[in-house]
Amino acid sequence: MASLRYESQTREPLVTGSKTYHQVTEDIIRPIETKPSTLWKVGFTISVIFLLFGVYSVYREVAYGIGEWNLNKTIGWGWDITNFVWWVGIGHAGTLISAILLLFRQGWRTGVNRAAEAMTIFAVMCAGQFPIFHMGRVWMAFFVLPYPNSRGPLWVNFNSPLLWDVFAISTYFTVSLLFWYSGLIPDLATVRDRAKVKWRKHMYGVLAFGWTGSTKHWQRHEALSLVLAGLSTPLVLSVHTIVSFDFATSVIPGWHTTIFPPYFVAGAIFSGFAMVQTLLIITRKVLDLEDYITMEHIEVMNKVIVLTGSIVGIAYITELFISWYGQNTYEIAAFRNRWDLSTPYGWAYWLMMSCNVIAPQFFWFRKLRRNLLFTFFMSIIVNVGMWFERFVIIVTSIYRDYIPSSWSTYYAPTVWEVGFYMGTFGLFFTCFFLFSKYFPVIAVAEIKHILKKNGESYKADMGEEEKSTVEHFAHEHAHAH
Amino acid sequence: MAIKKFVVGCFDDEKVLFPAVKKVRKSGYKIHDVYTPFPIHGLDQAMGLRDTSLHTAGFIYGITGTTTALSFMGWVFKTDWPLNIGGKPNFPLPAFIPITFELTVLFSAVGMVLTFCYLCQLAPFVKKHHFHARATDDLFVMVLECGPKTNEEDAKAFLASVGAKEINVQVAEADWWLGRYDKEEKLFEAGKTVAHS
Repeated sequence: MASLRYESQTREPLVTGSKTYHQVTEDIIRPIETKPSTLWKVGFTISVIFLLFGVYSVYREVAYGIGEWNLNKTIGWGWDITNFVWWVGIGHAGTLISAILLLFRQGWRTGVNRAAEAMTIFAVMCAGQFPIFHMGRVWMAFFVLPYPNSRGPLWVNFNSPLLWDVFAISTYFTVSLLFWYSGLIPDLATVRDRAKVKWRKHMYGVLAFGWTGSTKHWQRHEALSLVLAGLSTPLVLSVHTIVSFDFATSVIPGWHTTIFPPYFVAGAIFSGFAMVQTLLIITRKVLDLEDYITMEHIEVMNKVIVLTGSIVGIAYITELFISWYGQNTYEIAAFRNRWDLSTPYGWAYWLMMSCNVIAPQFFWFRKLRRNLLFTFFMSIIVNVGMWFERFVIIVTSIYRDYIPSSWSTYYAPTVWEVGFYMGTFGLFFTCFFLFSKYFPVIAVAEIKHILKKNGESYKADMGEEEKSTVEHFAHEHAHAH
Repeated sequence: MAIKKFVVGCFDDEKVLFPAVKKVRKSGYKIHDVYTPFPIHGLDQAMGLRDTSLHTAGFIYGITGTTTALSFMGWVFKTDWPLNIGGKPNFPLPAFIPITFELTVLFSAVGMVLTFCYLCQLAPFVKKHHFHARATDDLFVMVLECGPKTNEEDAKAFLASVGAKEINVQVAEADWWLGRYDKEEKLFEAGKTVAHS
């Protein structure tokens, strides 16, 4: 027991200020019980406006066809698939924080996991729109499901990576939602039991599923969380692997590479952490949660950003090296279309390089890792860079195909293509605003669980092991007798 | 689904709760349950609860997903509509792995969550008896079940001696379970808080 509670004094506290269990409940649940601020209302309204513009853009596409976008025979995938991969990637950080860091017993995840998981769910919702509407005749979208149909039955092609995507994304969404909601149940019960207003008591009573906090239920809840984390860990790796298969299993130079799965997964986590930073730096300020999402949390996430950014950088350089080393004419041409600044999309490649590889290197400096304004700025830069990464991979690999006569067109999006993307921003932030108002943005029960171990006012008491002699420590914890 | 009488003691510190659980069990009282605002590691062992088998259920759901995926895709491509795709085999295992993996995870996760909700009797609109509203905030609520021989005054005094802060007696229908009906127990009138200490 004692050794499980041991926490080194050199580690920074994860909850600052002197908190009691009740204070934790108060701090995190108070925003739910108060009226939304003006800032919230303004942000929410802007998000809804974006969302409505997106709805209209999608309406144009559905009513008039894919011709509303600037896609053509040569450039069959443009902004739509770029945005799809970008949004799915953003989702990955949430699962990494909630699942992989749970398995690695990283205490700091408790401050940020709830919001990050919510981000995952909303990002995957946004991502899903793009392939669905890219189908053109969206009312036929259910054709991707393997159901006994009147067309033979003619089944879907289980060998196709695009179908794997259907299974991967829908499984990912379902499992993330279950994981998130099962974690929410105890906290919703806390909101219910504190509620003074009738409608709130009733609404959260329904949402909390009748949770009581029974020891047996907690035991099962812990087992459930652990196994769901164990399942989500390979799942999250598989999802972006399968997304990368959409490209890697084709025979297009620039796509047909075995490096794609790890490269995509690292990039996904990279962009996802940047989005977590963007959201949480605002959330902690607006909801007054600086005691729970501390500078320590921000710094740790910046370390992940510099790590994954560097992995992505190695992948870029490896790709360039292999295209030269492989001495395949088409491969060399495909990569020349990227790095050569005189080509039409050369600028996009170098924008990607500077945002994703060069910019994060500033995070080697502790001062900058702990600078909120700089971190916020960087989190935007990284996501711009990661959007361009997907754009570069998709568009520059196909805009100069095997028939030079079709090279002349320069692909730029129409207003409806951009509008669709803006619309998903609207959807994402509308959902996030609603979430931050009506749900506990930090896992209350989990914070209480780590409070006596990692809380600032309790940490000093935990130094027993550090004070004890080596023999005593070995006797108590090492079982070396 | 029996209505029973309970002696309820609230603790505000888990350091007091642990020895209290031990003493209460040693002295022969039956702990109905301990309600806590967050999971307390080791409390289940201290209360003598057996480990959950939810993991096993998850494993079984997982392999169900694996077999469903493989047998369905195999049946579609080998029996129902065999297509000749460039002379490739009709059961290409490597190409089936992504979907097989996804379905394994999906079945396991969905099955486990449903099993969890069933075992804990969690669902929207389910109403349960809550012994103390602060059990989801900052109190650790230990509930002793009164048998025919239990003297509740003694039980209350005992709870106070092991460190409980707030003690009362409640008559309630708690921990209901689909399909289980406890005929042996004497039924009390529901929803009453009897005698406050």
